[in-house]
Amino acid sequence: MDMILLLELAMNGVFVGLMYALLSAGIVLIYKTSGIANLAQGAMAMMGAYAVVVLAGGFGLSMWVAIPLALAVMFAFGVALERVALRRMIGQPVIMVIMLTIGLEIFLRGVIPGFFGAAVKRLDLGISNTPIFVGELLLNRAILIGGGVSLGLILLSILFFNSRFGIIMRAVSDNQTASWSVGIRVERAIAVAWGLSACMATTSGVLWGATQGVDWSLSLLLIKALAIAILGGLDSIVGVLIAGVIVGLAESLATGILDPIVGGGTRDVVASVIILLTLLFRPHGLFGREHIERV
Amino acid sequence: MIYRRAGISFTRYQDERQLWKLPTDRWAVIVIFALLLVAPFLVDRLFVVGYLLPLIIWSMAAMGLNLLMGGAGQIHLGYGAVIGIGAYASVHAMRAGLPFELAMIVGGLASAVIGVVFGAAALRVKGLYLAMATLAMQYIVDFVIVQVPAISGGTQAALSVPRTSFLGIAIQGDRAPYYVALALCAVLTLFMLNVRRTSFGRALAAVREKDYAASIIGVDPFRYKLLAFWVSSFIGGMTGAVLAVCYYRTISPDQFHLDLSIQLVAMVIVGGLGSVLGGFLGVGLILFAPIVLNQLIGLAADQFGVAIPTDLRAHLPLMLYGGLIMGFLLLEPLGLAKIYSNIRNYLLVWPFRHARQ
Repeated sequence: MDMILLLELAMNGVFVGLMYALLSAGIVLIYKTSGIANLAQGAMAMMGAYAVVVLAGGFGLSMWVAIPLALAVMFAFGVALERVALRRMIGQPVIMVIMLTIGLEIFLRGVIPGFFGAAVKRLDLGISNTPIFVGELLLNRAILIGGGVSLGLILLSILFFNSRFGIIMRAVSDNQTASWSVGIRVERAIAVAWGLSACMATTSGVLWGATQGVDWSLSLLLIKALAIAILGGLDSIVGVLIAGVIVGLAESLATGILDPIVGGGTRDVVASVIILLTLLFRPHGLFGREHIERV
Repeated sequence: MIYRRAGISFTRYQDERQLWKLPTDRWAVIVIFALLLVAPFLVDRLFVVGYLLPLIIWSMAAMGLNLLMGGAGQIHLGYGAVIGIGAYASVHAMRAGLPFELAMIVGGLASAVIGVVFGAAALRVKGLYLAMATLAMQYIVDFVIVQVPAISGGTQAALSVPRTSFLGIAIQGDRAPYYVALALCAVLTLFMLNVRRTSFGRALAAVREKDYAASIIGVDPFRYKLLAFWVSSFIGGMTGAVLAVCYYRTISPDQFHLDLSIQLVAMVIVGGLGSVLGGFLGVGLILFAPIVLNQLIGLAADQFGVAIPTDLRAHLPLMLYGGLIMGFLLLEPLGLAKIYSNIRNYLLVWPFRHARQ
């Protein structure tokens, strides 16, 4: 194993990890405001990518019109989802709410490819396929740009949490009843969190769609996003950033080093192993608050 | 009307302690069981092998999962992997020369041990994390089964189940597997009906409702959650063995993927958390609704000359599972069992609907 290959794997891993992190930032956003882990995040990424493909391909819009339009559609979808489904589940046990989001994941995974075609669709962002050479390193341009965009958006969401509305959201995440009593509209904050997280999912779906094409397999990003969210601590955006880099690195290195030994397939299992190890040794994650009730 | 008494009012304690309190219910159970017994002689063999046998076997799996989800209130997204472990362990045991009866227990124990290891990791923390840990278990078990040739019989290869017998009856042809599955399902159903009347079942219910309240009255939540995991995984493993021997006959890793786990969760939620009857109803709906719907759509397409895209038809089951899970959680969280009991309670005192039931 030469150093160049290792370094190349590591670099690509870091950027891939940042792209995963964007999706799990959406999970963290929802968890922070309403205490629910959204297991439909993967399907929402898929739905966002499909929305862009349909708007661009079906209506012949330019990519730079289709993407904002898709973001708006997905924001509305997120808000509507909270209004129609999640708000009715307030007060139910947490496993019911989790199962509702699983139901949504399955439903979307059936409806979207069912109505808009299951075949892989090209999503062309105008990124050329030629890799970038840095010294002797070969870097995938789409992944590099995707990672950069993700990093920018995650940093933006950290800034967002210091804005007025961000502070409202933090208040809601701290204590819903108390925020209610000082005049914060809790439902609206949660609805906006769902909308924003749907937008994040869309962006991440578009970025992934540009690298691997758009089909149902985009929803498989869920397990990676979950691994990052858990490792980062579920309620920390900074944690997502760092955990994203760790998961991306681990996955890329495992694929490069372990695959030739065990015969392939490690890529999909790295995230699961990370989830399990985190739960075993540090259930509140790297940056999460230690408020998890132990039994 | 159907029920010949207005409400349930008992005069003796042993009447109230009966498993089926109403004579009508008792008769219904006997008639249904008798019908299931004679079914292979009455209906087409395709119907028995294609519909009744899967219904019975998946009901066993749903009951095992329901003990955990409905009984103890713990979520499990990797039950398909649990069944897979049981199937592979028992088939390997049988190929090593063990009789089916023992191999089934080997399968159950293997599932229980592995299930408890993953459960113990996650039970230290709560709800949400358990969902993730069991999801991780599904992926890890899938990976191990596919990647270790000693387990899967080589990558992409299927493992065939050797000829075997149960209590002296050779499991071959169409009828013998059906009766073996039916007998085991009957035993399991009786176990599940009775488990809630034992101290174990009541402890699980206490843990489900509020774990620290349970620990105040002297029920150790961690111990009982782990026990629930153990029992439920054991049932899952035994179901895996029955599934392999009576239904699949050849097992391959893709039969136990995440899709199966999702299907099982859908069965339990649609049927009704914590209800034995609900298990059967949920399995029936989840298994047959996509088939019926597909037939209907095909018929409609032929009738009205509308071409239904194949993508749409291929994705109908997923839509249906997701839609049913969401619909039931939002509209009737206790599932089909609750709908049944509502209708039954209404009919019990009909036409006096304000009478005590």
